[in-house]
Amino acid sequence: MSEPEGREAPRRRANQEMLTNEQLNPNVLEVEDLRVRIASKRGVVRAVDGVSFEVPRGEALGLVGESGSGKSMTLKAVLGVLPPEAHMASGQVRLDGTDLVRLSQSTLNRVRGPKISMIFQEPMSALNPVMRVGQQISEGPRIHLGYSRARAEERTLDLMRRVGIPDPERRYRAYPHEFSGGMRQRVMIAIALSCEPEIILCDEPTTALDVTIQDQILRLLVRLCQESGVSLVFVTHDLPVVAQVCQQVAVMYGGQIVERGDVHDVLLNPRHPYTLGLVRSAPDVEYVQDSLRPIPGAPPSLIDPPDGCRFHPRCDFAEDDCRTGTVPLRLLDGGRATRCLHYERCGEALAADRAAQGATQ
Amino acid sequence: MGRMAFVGRRLLQLIPVAFGVTFIVFFMVHLIPGNPALSILGIHATPKAIAILHQEWGLNRPLWDQYWLFLDRLFHGNLGESLYYGQSTTSLVFSHLPATLWLIIYAAVLAVIISVPLAMTAASRQDGLRDQVVRVVPLVGLGMPSFWLAFLLILLLGIDLHVFPVSGYGSGFFGHLRSMFLPSLTAALALSPVVIRSLRASMLTVLGADYITTARSKGVPGPRLFLRHVLRNAVIPAVTVLGINIGFLIGSTVIIENVFAIPGVGQLMINSIFQRDFPVVQGVTLVFAVLVVLINLLADVAYAALDPRVRFD
Amino acid sequence: MSTVSLPTGTEPGPGAPVVPSAAGRRVGRRWYRQPALMSGLVIIGLIIIAAVAAPLLTSYNPTTQNLTASLLGPSAHHLLGTDQLGRDTFTRLLYGLRVDLRIAFIAVLFPFVLGTVLGSLAGYFGGWVDVIVMRLVDIVVAFPFYVLVIALVFVLGPGERSIYIAITIVGWVSYARIVRGEILVAKRQEYVLAAQSGGLSSLRIMGRHLLPNVISQAFIYAMSDIVQDILAIVTLGYFGLGVPPPTADLGSMINDGQNFLSTHWQLTTIPGLAVVLVGLGLSLIGDGLADILRPGQS
Repeated sequence: MSEPEGREAPRRRANQEMLTNEQLNPNVLEVEDLRVRIASKRGVVRAVDGVSFEVPRGEALGLVGESGSGKSMTLKAVLGVLPPEAHMASGQVRLDGTDLVRLSQSTLNRVRGPKISMIFQEPMSALNPVMRVGQQISEGPRIHLGYSRARAEERTLDLMRRVGIPDPERRYRAYPHEFSGGMRQRVMIAIALSCEPEIILCDEPTTALDVTIQDQILRLLVRLCQESGVSLVFVTHDLPVVAQVCQQVAVMYGGQIVERGDVHDVLLNPRHPYTLGLVRSAPDVEYVQDSLRPIPGAPPSLIDPPDGCRFHPRCDFAEDDCRTGTVPLRLLDGGRATRCLHYERCGEALAADRAAQGATQ
Repeated sequence: MGRMAFVGRRLLQLIPVAFGVTFIVFFMVHLIPGNPALSILGIHATPKAIAILHQEWGLNRPLWDQYWLFLDRLFHGNLGESLYYGQSTTSLVFSHLPATLWLIIYAAVLAVIISVPLAMTAASRQDGLRDQVVRVVPLVGLGMPSFWLAFLLILLLGIDLHVFPVSGYGSGFFGHLRSMFLPSLTAALALSPVVIRSLRASMLTVLGADYITTARSKGVPGPRLFLRHVLRNAVIPAVTVLGINIGFLIGSTVIIENVFAIPGVGQLMINSIFQRDFPVVQGVTLVFAVLVVLINLLADVAYAALDPRVRFD
Repeated sequence: MSTVSLPTGTEPGPGAPVVPSAAGRRVGRRWYRQPALMSGLVIIGLIIIAAVAAPLLTSYNPTTQNLTASLLGPSAHHLLGTDQLGRDTFTRLLYGLRVDLRIAFIAVLFPFVLGTVLGSLAGYFGGWVDVIVMRLVDIVVAFPFYVLVIALVFVLGPGERSIYIAITIVGWVSYARIVRGEILVAKRQEYVLAAQSGGLSSLRIMGRHLLPNVISQAFIYAMSDIVQDILAIVTLGYFGLGVPPPTADLGSMINDGQNFLSTHWQLTTIPGLAVVLVGLGLSLIGDGLADILRPGQS
């Protein structure tokens, strides 16, 4: 997180607000115009280019897109754990109404854990290999909640049971390499839950796992959220997963959000050609088609994105006005939003697909 | 249980090494071109003296017998008798050992004190100014003869400043501390380029690791993050590196003791070479090998203790 | 599961030609644009030229003594002054570089060849061959480098031949380890399996297919090994065990000069500086090569 220059007073005030703010806000997380730049030898990569979304309390928001669309960077920027070559160029991240960007590192550290936490994609490498698993889980409560060792251990065992780790007393003293992938991910979930945060950021938590384990972990996450009312931001490239876990979904492409809305609504009635393409190429989504159709072409360069709509080089419906200027995200009715100027074409294509399907059956 | 088996296995692997090492030491004498006895005793040796030497060392017998004889005497702690001093080699070596051990330990400690902060600084901001500066150190340092470095240090710190003595071992604990500072510093500086380079690399790997991001996302504050997460993981490859290079440190004592006139095993070796005192040269070479092997074993054990993944090999 | 994952964002930009080398590795950047490699080559190039052109650069003889001109400071006649026997330091420096560099460059070949051969055999065949070779490695490595080199040179007698033998016996180990490691990885590659199933003899597979890919790492190491060899030669010279006097040698120059450290420090300092410079140049070349030959570097 880039620290803003100058003025101590606003920062001190922001720090105070953070620590005393109660749940006045219907949205637990609000992200506004987030931009993340990465310095690379080939130029400045605009990994996240003006992303905004809200996460209501108790709900799960899915962030869907392919590799390189900026989903992971978005999460990392929110939490302030961007890699050193990346920095947040602008934007606001409001957790319970307080802008995280304006906080000092030490205050931010006190927020991470008790209010917001994260689950990572690779459980193999995301756990400290030389630290016992129990210690890694109890580290949060000991630092943030001031628990004694005994009390933290108790809480850890409890968490381990909640996430479904068998024989917790023995496993407490084990090291990460003694666990299977699915178990490690459960440990990660336990860590994320350890200080009872209000929102958990999930970066493709099941992508690296076996198919059978994936389902278990997803069900676990859904159950835990329902039980404790924790919100989620769930990043994935997998449409059926998003449908299973989230209420709302935002589709990302080329560092921007291109469509947003209720998850079933978006998947059954996509209003952006990219979403349409995703849905058409996903074999398991409840959709009417009998053949997979991948989206032709390659993702856009994030150093030098195309003019106009970033998807236009690959879009079947592209018109002249798609190729120039900037295309804003427009709000539609029913809580939907889209960045496509000609989104009705998606509906038409949909109807055509269904008709074709109907004809062959 | 796993740990004991690990150490046990390593010890077992040492047996052929022990044979090989002793064989090389033994065989060194036979590498001497021409008549070994003549070389040892000098060209003025009488035939009688040569005959006695042949008898004593069994130079008439086949090679394997001689080796066996050598091993047998070795087992009884007999490394032969110094031609120059007339003492047993073993007693000579042991009397010279403390100074060398001082040098090694002092130098290792100084090397760690020098290398760790530099590596840390370099790794914390990769490709930053400090990193670039630190990366120059190995480039220049690796090509530096240690005795030349010694002279440089003597010039800069010893002669002009008169703070540290430039020769001798000193007496008493603090006397040693003072007298051994320059030599140990030289050895440490000679060792540092390699250690800095490896430490920096391993720290960069650790700093970029996913579990550090996890820890940050947990809100682990800076100092604790560094100690319990970064350092705790970075020491593991560092121990390996140090272990590998300790051999080099031990070998450099030969040079450094000579430059600084320290009565250690290294100086004993060089002097014996000039005095053509073969038994002592043999004995000292063997002792050096033993030192290296012991320290490497220690490093391996430390590595196994630090890295829980190893035990379950 | 859905298959939308296409290759990620940034495409390779212009100006980075990807040229497959004969050994199948990708040589990413233009090698002459590498600052490390180029500066290293420049330094070494200049030093080698100076050493080779020694007779042209100085009219003095490195071994002629002139006791009336002993211990002179730098002047127009003697660029770096003279030593205690009246020999011109600049001349001795150039001729010393000549001798030491020549020996070092030759000395690095034997361990390179021996180590590569043994390492290949150990890595490719595994089993008993591997065990024996690795035991030999352990045995040699048990001795500190300088101890064994000095002891061997002492035993074998002074002269160049002893230096080559001693360095070979001690130095093959690193090459063997590197090559063995590389081959262990490489032999699992598919092109090796293809060659094996095609019925090629092991020797042919090792020589034609594995070795060219593997040798680059050994070559990079050779750069730092030359530096180590130069240090060894200079150290031996310092102890009077290397090149016998009166031949000019950087090590013996440092030894000669140590008695005059407080008054004529340049006698000791300059030869060492030359060694450091050579080391710097070679290290830069080594680093530069390592950067270029690193596989798949973007």
